[in-house]
Amino acid sequence: MKVLVTGASGLLGRAVAARVLAAGHEVRTFQRSPSTVPGVEDLRGSMTVAADVERAVDGVEAVVHLAAKVSLAGDPADFERVNVGGTERLVAAAAREGVARFVQVSSPSVAHSGSSIVGDGALPADPVHARGDYARTKAQAELLALAADGDAMRVVAVRPHLVWGPGDTQLVARIVARARASRLPLLDGGRALIDTTYVDNAASAIAAALERAADDAVHGNAYVVTNGEPRPVAEMLAGICAASGAPVPRWSVPAGLARAAGGAVEAVWRVRPGQDEPPMTRFLAEQLSTAHWFDQRRTRADLRWTPEVTIDEGLARLRAAGARGG
Amino acid sequence: MTTPLPSAVGSTAPASLPPDGLDGLDPTFSRLVTAGDPGRTWHLLDNADHLARLGVEPVGTLLCVHGNPTWSYLWRRLVTAATAQAAADGVAWRVIAVDQLEMGYSERTGELRGLPRRVADLDDLTTALGVTGPVVTVGHDWGGVISLGWAVDHPDQLAGVVLLNTAVHQPEHLRIPAPLRLALRPAVLGRATVATPAFLETTLALGRPRLTAAVKEGYRAPYREAARRGGIGGFVADIPVDAAHPSAAELDRIATAVSGLQVPALMLWGPSDPVFGDQYLEDLVGRLPHADVHRFEGASHLVAEDVDYAAAALTWLGDLPTAGSDDAGAEAASASPRPAQPTYHPLWHQLDEQRHSTETALVEMAPPGGDSPRVVTWSLLARRVRELAAGLTAAGVRPGDRVSLLVPPGADLTAVLYACLRIGAVVVVADAGLGLRGLTRAVRGSRPQHVIGALPGLSAARALGWPGRRISTTPLPRATARALGVRYALVDLVDLGQGVDTPAEPAPDATAAVLFTSGSTGPAKGVVYSHRQLAAVAGALRDQYDLGVGTGLVAGFAPFALLAPALGARSVTPDMDVTSPRTLTAPAVAAAAAAVDATVLFLSPAALANVVATADSLTPADHEALAQVRIFLSAGAPVPEPLLAAAGRLMPNAEPHTPYGMTEGLLMTDVTLDVIRDATSTRPDGDRGGVCVGRPTPTTEVRISPLDADGAATGEPTTDPGRTGEILVTAPHLKRGYFRLHLTDRAATRGVPDDRWHRTGDVGHLDEQGRLWVEGRLAHVITTADGVVTPVGLEQAVEQVDGVVRAGVVGIGPQGTQLLVAVVETTTPARRVALADPELAEEVRGAVGRPLAAVLVVPDLPTDVRHNSKIDRTRLARWAEGVLSGGRVRRP
Repeated sequence: MKVLVTGASGLLGRAVAARVLAAGHEVRTFQRSPSTVPGVEDLRGSMTVAADVERAVDGVEAVVHLAAKVSLAGDPADFERVNVGGTERLVAAAAREGVARFVQVSSPSVAHSGSSIVGDGALPADPVHARGDYARTKAQAELLALAADGDAMRVVAVRPHLVWGPGDTQLVARIVARARASRLPLLDGGRALIDTTYVDNAASAIAAALERAADDAVHGNAYVVTNGEPRPVAEMLAGICAASGAPVPRWSVPAGLARAAGGAVEAVWRVRPGQDEPPMTRFLAEQLSTAHWFDQRRTRADLRWTPEVTIDEGLARLRAAGARGG
Repeated sequence: MTTPLPSAVGSTAPASLPPDGLDGLDPTFSRLVTAGDPGRTWHLLDNADHLARLGVEPVGTLLCVHGNPTWSYLWRRLVTAATAQAAADGVAWRVIAVDQLEMGYSERTGELRGLPRRVADLDDLTTALGVTGPVVTVGHDWGGVISLGWAVDHPDQLAGVVLLNTAVHQPEHLRIPAPLRLALRPAVLGRATVATPAFLETTLALGRPRLTAAVKEGYRAPYREAARRGGIGGFVADIPVDAAHPSAAELDRIATAVSGLQVPALMLWGPSDPVFGDQYLEDLVGRLPHADVHRFEGASHLVAEDVDYAAAALTWLGDLPTAGSDDAGAEAASASPRPAQPTYHPLWHQLDEQRHSTETALVEMAPPGGDSPRVVTWSLLARRVRELAAGLTAAGVRPGDRVSLLVPPGADLTAVLYACLRIGAVVVVADAGLGLRGLTRAVRGSRPQHVIGALPGLSAARALGWPGRRISTTPLPRATARALGVRYALVDLVDLGQGVDTPAEPAPDATAAVLFTSGSTGPAKGVVYSHRQLAAVAGALRDQYDLGVGTGLVAGFAPFALLAPALGARSVTPDMDVTSPRTLTAPAVAAAAAAVDATVLFLSPAALANVVATADSLTPADHEALAQVRIFLSAGAPVPEPLLAAAGRLMPNAEPHTPYGMTEGLLMTDVTLDVIRDATSTRPDGDRGGVCVGRPTPTTEVRISPLDADGAATGEPTTDPGRTGEILVTAPHLKRGYFRLHLTDRAATRGVPDDRWHRTGDVGHLDEQGRLWVEGRLAHVITTADGVVTPVGLEQAVEQVDGVVRAGVVGIGPQGTQLLVAVVETTTPARRVALADPELAEEVRGAVGRPLAAVLVVPDLPTDVRHNSKIDRTRLARWAEGVLSGGRVRRP
């Protein structure tokens, strides 16, 4: 099968491209900067340019769509343009091209409004109640993609939760940078349980979704993917900081206060975007102070997938990669 | 009618269908039917059409009659549930729930309908409906009376009666309940019931828990204007306050005929009802002694709203022989061979045998009001029991009467207990460890006719309004006696009984006792024993520990101690505060042992820790007395092996034992310290874990009902080793059932080989050598995505970690995808709740060997008050889930 992987310059995108390739498929990667994945056809372009997207889907039989604007703050119009407009354009182009399988990589935040998640499954995406521009636009994108599901093109949405691993410029790098700058508080003592996903597990789940997309019990659904090993947020962050040689966060802020502060900061930031992200946004405050863990039974059964790398093994690999200077 | 009612009572209106949208009421069940001559139109709920559409033939009809001031809305859930059961290929019951005339959406005729008329009305209706085949009547409040009126008039069709809080008779010695007395006052009646919705609103306020606004609206819907409320006033005016009342004769006729009913009966009762309280249940049980009764503790008058009565009723109906129940299975089960019944010796057998003996029968180390030990010989004890038996008879205690004993352990309790048993009275014994609230529930719920107590117990009985005629253990000053409502002291009974013959001995299968102990969850349950079963408890003790005539035993554990005279054993009550077993000291135990040359010692686990802690004060003579002990028994709750060993060291010649049992079966298995050590070191079942409680006693059988993926014990009972499931037991000395808890009885005997088996609510497994291992409570089983996990084995593993004193392992999150969380007490006690530090968390995770979401450190784990040893995992799980969701942190 010839497979298009969009957004393959990021941590997860590269891992997905490599895994799909290893499974014996032909892979084309598509994003603005080089994917640097050996053995793939690398196409450079933008999700916001129609001609680029047309070229990207030309001749492929399957699409794995990861390209997105991922950030905790920024201009709402950018999120709209890339996440909603880009997905809409790609889905339409893929359908015209006769693509048979389409895996939309989404996020659990598309279905949650900020309250704690204790063992829930994948609830429907809800752009109205999703918190923040990222979650809202990703919710719209997932709904767009799943609406295109049919016998001709089988669409599956996969929502990995908090992906991390060596070389991660999103979660790990941010946590470490904040910890080094003493700007990573542990809300309410960091007791909330969070599910996270080691990058190799997220990649294998996405690859599994691609294989299983043809199955009538699978396509048309959204699946939350995690390691299935929820840990208190303090332990998780401490583990990542320790593995990366950063100071372990110690101070604690009451969650209500942090949420209010996050709201104010976020509002100011939207008007005057700067170089760095705000120190605390409401979204982050909620992520760090309420439980976020999921029922993985249906994901594992339907995708015939189980995570290969445990949290402890993942942290060991993070430490080893740090020691190698990666 | 002599009582003035407003003219609104005379309003007329045709019947109508209820408006759509009433909460929980499916409008497709509603229909209008005209019956009688002159024709009157009724609104009723009826699922006949639904059953016809399903193509199922009903096995019978439930004829449901509401009371005042409700309407057929009361039965909406029963109609819905019965129809759903039929649709799900279950047994089909037609349900007809009427709005009585003048009520609900039935016709307002403008007439006052007394009881005889209403019974006739209902007959008109069933005639018009052409109801044929078996009928089970279902009634609530005054609808109970009217439904029973129909029942006694249709013996050929009647297949059963179901009653929810109702009454057919006003017991002579009781006044009409205060709320009704008020409503009946002429000046109040019309205003309260018709002109204003006060009576209706008062009734709707009785929901426990409170009714939702939507349900209240449902009840109010047909009674919005005074002109529609005439029937409410009419019903209240129809309460027969005296024999001259026009409805009194009909009520008497029905009440008398009910006493002759032989059909199956079910009573579902809300004991918190301020009107139809337990006294009316007592009257009904007296009339229908074969009835299955369930008291829903905490539920009130609107029991149909407070609890899932529909499921309870349908389950009960499913058990009726007429409802196509699977008789073949029952026959096959009863064919399984039972061990021979032990020979029956009444509990007072040894008192008769030893009645001329001047040997010591019992010693009380600290008798009430005395400073030297009180020694009672067999002849004195036997005489006292005879005298009290005669005196109790003279005082009006009849065979079958329940007598609540609020007497601390000692000579008085022993004498009164055996006297009551001898005359066939049913002793109600409640454990002081229940606390006042639990004790109040127990005594109220058991509805004793008599209370025998010492002063604190009697004061509580008076202050808390416990029922029963009161007898004091000690003579009281006249003013005190009057204030407490005490008629006799025990010494008065001795005089009173002079020349009075005691009744014949009760039959072996007559009820002997109702025992209440503190449950680990929920209100205490009364456990019922027959004389044969109680005698079998004594027999099991005798056989397991070789007790008999002449054995000296220290009775630090009341349930077993009370049986010593039945075995001819010499017992001693040590100097201790029975409400606080932790106060028992080692010297007190040694002194008691010396007083009867004890060779057997029974203690409760709570007492044990303090006995070990005070061992330094023992004198050489004390040590000598303790060296005579050959068997030492700690009963009531699991004991940590080191504590058992430490206690064993105080008694160098004694073999420490710990039995496994429950109020429902006091001695099911037994294990010695040596076997515990051997079993724990060899761990025949690998890491499954649990507490080894040894082999079944000679007359006990144990089976395991394996767990399914949801953690429910649905498996076929087995003796296969290594299967984890709910522990099932049977023995001649097992209880007969629960007191007025039909649903609990049913749950405890669900799917068992025959009705002499009991589901313990504990989970565990048998090993290759037939030893039982307890792995926790069924309610505490954890269902993870990787399978079902029991807590005790994991807790034992965590407790092996350095720095951990005690651990609770619980599941949080939804069933089937729960996460494991360990909560620990540490050697250096934590000052506040926190996540364990990384090193401790890593060690605990390593010890458990399963994914553990979090390790929490707490100052104290929540435990039961009585033993401080059973961790309340249900509470702990709820707490842990809150803390790990970012909720506010309180102590567990």
